[in-house]
Amino acid sequence: MMASEFICLGIESTAHTFGIGIASSENGVLVDVKSVYKPPIGAGIHPREAAQHHCEEAPSVINQALKEFGRKIDSIDTVAFSMGPGLGPALRTGATVARALATWLNKPLVPVHHAIAHIELASLLTGAKDPLVILVSGGHTTITAYAGRRWRVFGETEDITLGNLLDVFAREASLLSPGGPAVESLAKKGEKFIDLPYVVKGNDVSFSGLLTAAKKKLQMNYDLKDLCHSLQEVAFSMVAETSERALAFTEKKEVLLVGGVAANERLQQMISEIACEHNANFYVVPKRYSGDCGAQIAWTALLVHRSGIEVKVEKSYVKPKWRLDQVTIPWRDVQNCL
Amino acid sequence: MLIKKGAEANLYLEEWHGIKAIIKKRMPKKYRIYELDTKIRQTRTVREAQLIRNAKTVGIPSPIIYAIDLEKTTIIMKHIEGTRVKEVLNTPTFEKKQELCYQIGQLIGQLHNAGIIHGDLTTSNMIVSKNRIYLLDFGLGDHSIDLEERGVDLLLIKRAFQSAHYQYFKQCFDGLIKGYKQEVGEEMSKEVMKRLRDIERRGRYTSRGELHEG
Ligand SMILES: Nc1ncnc2c1ncn2[C@@H]1O[C@H](COP(=O)(O)OP(=O)(O)OP(=O)(O)O)[C@@H](O)[C@H]1O
Ligand SMILES: Nc1ncnc2c1ncn2[C@@H]1O[C@H](COP(=O)(O)OP(=O)(O)OP(=O)(O)O)[C@@H](O)[C@H]1O
Ligand SMILES: [Mg+2]
Repeated sequence: MMASEFICLGIESTAHTFGIGIASSENGVLVDVKSVYKPPIGAGIHPREAAQHHCEEAPSVINQALKEFGRKIDSIDTVAFSMGPGLGPALRTGATVARALATWLNKPLVPVHHAIAHIELASLLTGAKDPLVILVSGGHTTITAYAGRRWRVFGETEDITLGNLLDVFAREASLLSPGGPAVESLAKKGEKFIDLPYVVKGNDVSFSGLLTAAKKKLQMNYDLKDLCHSLQEVAFSMVAETSERALAFTEKKEVLLVGGVAANERLQQMISEIACEHNANFYVVPKRYSGDCGAQIAWTALLVHRSGIEVKVEKSYVKPKWRLDQVTIPWRDVQNCL
Repeated sequence: MLIKKGAEANLYLEEWHGIKAIIKKRMPKKYRIYELDTKIRQTRTVREAQLIRNAKTVGIPSPIIYAIDLEKTTIIMKHIEGTRVKEVLNTPTFEKKQELCYQIGQLIGQLHNAGIIHGDLTTSNMIVSKNRIYLLDFGLGDHSIDLEERGVDLLLIKRAFQSAHYQYFKQCFDGLIKGYKQEVGEEMSKEVMKRLRDIERRGRYTSRGELHEG
């Protein structure tokens, strides 16, 4: 192999997913294996149960990843983990596995911010250079753009996230977890639009009133397909509107849609329309890598490590509340200011 | 002549009965289903005209409304010649950033004292013209004296400074808060700032934990 090739094994365990990815500085993502914890119908993710799931699944996920990797284990140059944000117990499980692997392989340990990992892998896979990013997932609903060594937040949710809105609604309707895909497939069959509260505040959105109203309509026995359709229309229009406002403001020429909810076709359609309206190119993360996965961590860790960032095992505490805009980014060289 | 494409509206500069006027037309959004879209555009057109008129009566500089056409979701208003605060603040040679933000804070304070919420406070919705600051784009605004809504108003401008003017964030926001306090008084300013922090914390940290466990 080329002497300059650098390989990283990354561990994702911020919430429902335990994932191992292996990425190469020369060839991008090599391996991506994961196991997703699914709470019983009608229940939410319990952090300790998610952590328990990750503990149980870790050995087989690691074995599978190494098998697919197919090379000697000591060709791995660093071990990385998602340090935050996320559920404490789940994060700690991933961190424990990462510390053990790094110590055993005697390789440096690299901390990765999970949201930045969503963005970096999507940038690699789509070729977006300097986009307005719309990150929509279970943990985030954030409109952000890079400037001056940081991701700057232009808009976000003021209460719950888009993923959470869909998941909690789906749970109330006794749909299978994760809720987003279940709501999406029912929404496709919905026809009648049911009026629900639409709340935007500048570039921000607020979904809690929408969730309460949708739950109430559910109890009033409105047709579930129509409700799913209407919930999506209202929630996604709110995100599209605030994204468009941020796009008009920043005048970016690219829009990048990332995060688990980015897999939704109706949302993709809306965001691509606002991009087109403002002569910006539209990019969306490929479906396979839209949700949490180890590949995001492994690829981003290559960039982080190239900037000289490592963490000592004994100091590798997780950060459940780590904010995207608190992270200094030395590796992006976009010559931009706003 | 189309001079600007905002997020909601197209802005045209036209001759209107012998004067130069801005025509703000809220365009239909293809992404939004028809019923939702029509309702939103009409409500905001009415809101904007109403709130600008009320803001003007309490002395807040904002464009005179000449006419409104609800069918076409269009407002015709005075053309304010000047430079947006967005561009003014990001001019490195402009030294009076803090003073400018102090004045912005005063305007927001005056709005709040008059029971008006702007709803979209950002530096592209303010124009500096002949040493006065004009406020535009009231479509997301409301009549309210709620602490919550005041907090959100300040949160929006705070984040505009943090994101688009990060190099000058501290001086800008400090200046703004001083100006705001000057208008609403020490007590109210403290309460609104406290609420602002609560709102920030709400969205940022707790959403996932609470709901996932529920
Ligand atoms: N097709 C879809 N339509 C809508 N939502 C979807 C779809 N597929 C997945 N989702 C949603 O994506 C979310 C999971 O996304 P992801 O794995 O990126 O996030 P997370 O770990 O919950 O949050 P974060 O990555 O911010 O920490 C869930 O809320 C799920 O319902
Ligand atoms: N009366 C006016 N005089 C001069 N310029 C104006 C006037 N009204 C609007 N503009 C210009 O047009 C831009 C967009 O106007 P406005 O903010 O009202 O539209 P919008 O579509 O509601 O915007 P947003 O993108 O904030 O939602 C302003 O930033 C300003 O540059
Ligand atoms: Mg505007």
